[in-house]
Amino acid sequence: MLESHRAGAGPTALPPRAPAPHASPRLLAGPQPERGAESFAEHRERLGARPTGGDWMIEVLERSGLRGRGGGWFPAGRKWRAVSDHVEERPALVVVNASEGEPLSAKDRTLALHRPHLILDGAQVAAESVGAEGIVIYLSSPSRPLVRALHRSLRERRDAGVREVPVRVVRTAHRYVAGESSAVVRRLNGGPSKPGFAPPYPSERGVGGRPTLVHNAETIANTALVARFGDAWFRARGTAGAPGTALVTLSGSVRHPGVYEIDVGTPLVDAIGLAGGVAGATAGVLVGGYAGTWIAPAAVAHLRLTPDEVALGCGVLGVLGGHGCGLSESARIADYLARQSAGQCGPCVHGLRAIADAMLRIAASDANPGDLERVRRWALQVTGRGGCHHPDGAIHNVVSALEAFPDHLALHLRGMPCHGWADGALPPPPRSTPGWR
Amino acid sequence: MRDPNAADGPPRLRLNPILCDGVGYCAEIVPELIRLDDWGYPIVERRPLEDGRLQRLARRAVAQCPRVALALTAAEDTRGS
Repeated sequence: MLESHRAGAGPTALPPRAPAPHASPRLLAGPQPERGAESFAEHRERLGARPTGGDWMIEVLERSGLRGRGGGWFPAGRKWRAVSDHVEERPALVVVNASEGEPLSAKDRTLALHRPHLILDGAQVAAESVGAEGIVIYLSSPSRPLVRALHRSLRERRDAGVREVPVRVVRTAHRYVAGESSAVVRRLNGGPSKPGFAPPYPSERGVGGRPTLVHNAETIANTALVARFGDAWFRARGTAGAPGTALVTLSGSVRHPGVYEIDVGTPLVDAIGLAGGVAGATAGVLVGGYAGTWIAPAAVAHLRLTPDEVALGCGVLGVLGGHGCGLSESARIADYLARQSAGQCGPCVHGLRAIADAMLRIAASDANPGDLERVRRWALQVTGRGGCHHPDGAIHNVVSALEAFPDHLALHLRGMPCHGWADGALPPPPRSTPGWR
Repeated sequence: MRDPNAADGPPRLRLNPILCDGVGYCAEIVPELIRLDDWGYPIVERRPLEDGRLQRLARRAVAQCPRVALALTAAEDTRGS
């Protein structure tokens, strides 16, 4: 088991046992998790040398239907095409985003710690395909062990004598919005890791004015496999709309919290089963992360994990058992997200704070008259009015909790005490630290 | 920013919420298109402006914004808020 790298963070380790055979892993295939990082020699023996990227790869990627695993599920091929279309004047830059600002997610650092060469292969293929002369691995600051591990992996590649596009490792403050692609570009341009207001988009004019391909680490790792095995192979798993496998981080009331690999489209209950299931009844599930959606207990049995059914985000599954209270969890999360505002846009600064304060009173069964109505009104008023989607995600969490847990809500509004307010089922949000670099 | 006259179709208002400080002149100049939220920040209608009078008022609101947060853009440019 690996130690957590982040105070208050959720699980960081791979599960103690192998997943069920029907879900044979792609990204996490290879040596046992206890072995740590797969070496470059092992990696090449297992998968063979990587092909050299080029225009052919953009076409293969488009046909593969791979969609971004950072949260947006945007078609990866279209992103590569956009960058390569802008590359005529200046060489591009590839950024592998493993900053993982979502507190309940551990998949990117788990992948980077165990399968670094999958990520580095994918980044090289991407750079060769879109015409990039540099690669940046973007991490958040509490990730020192990860930085050391990546430098070790890069050294292995140099020692093996492979000639590749130069790679730089850059860290930034651990902030919820620091991984947003315009925030990544601002940070790499020497500014704070706060979102900017598009246009220009990173694919047009990003770091140093260069067309910049910002991809989540899991997405990039997938491209290393697509380059080797092709688009038909990739599509053989997952759904037609969202092919492939996905890494999910299970936390909360499951027996074995951790990172698991599932086929996209797997029923939610089967994913919970991979983590050993829940003791007793399931009281609700947060799907997609802090900016995600609360699933009511009765709906858990019917949900399939595809971005066409629910906003899957970065694959977080926060499971509540027994006395768990989704309203209380949502209020704590809203409070954290209000603190994590970049402080740039009035509706986010004031709106999220006001919504979170009212939600905290409701969760504590100490609501003021009109609190619920104000939360609903502010939710409508603030959504869509930030420079980025940070306020939208926080509001989506709150509104979906109010919808998913009407019985709880009624009790809280009547001033009845609630076990779930005193004892959270999910790991508590981390403390917000100052600084934007 | 694209030149609104260069594009086909009527322009629409676009607010950069990072630049906006909630000064509020815009809502006084063109209340038909801009109202203020509970904290004094503008809520901007994004529909294309067909009407000549509204276009003139919108242009004045853009010119009067001390933070240069408001712009008129081509109607088909639906990106951003």
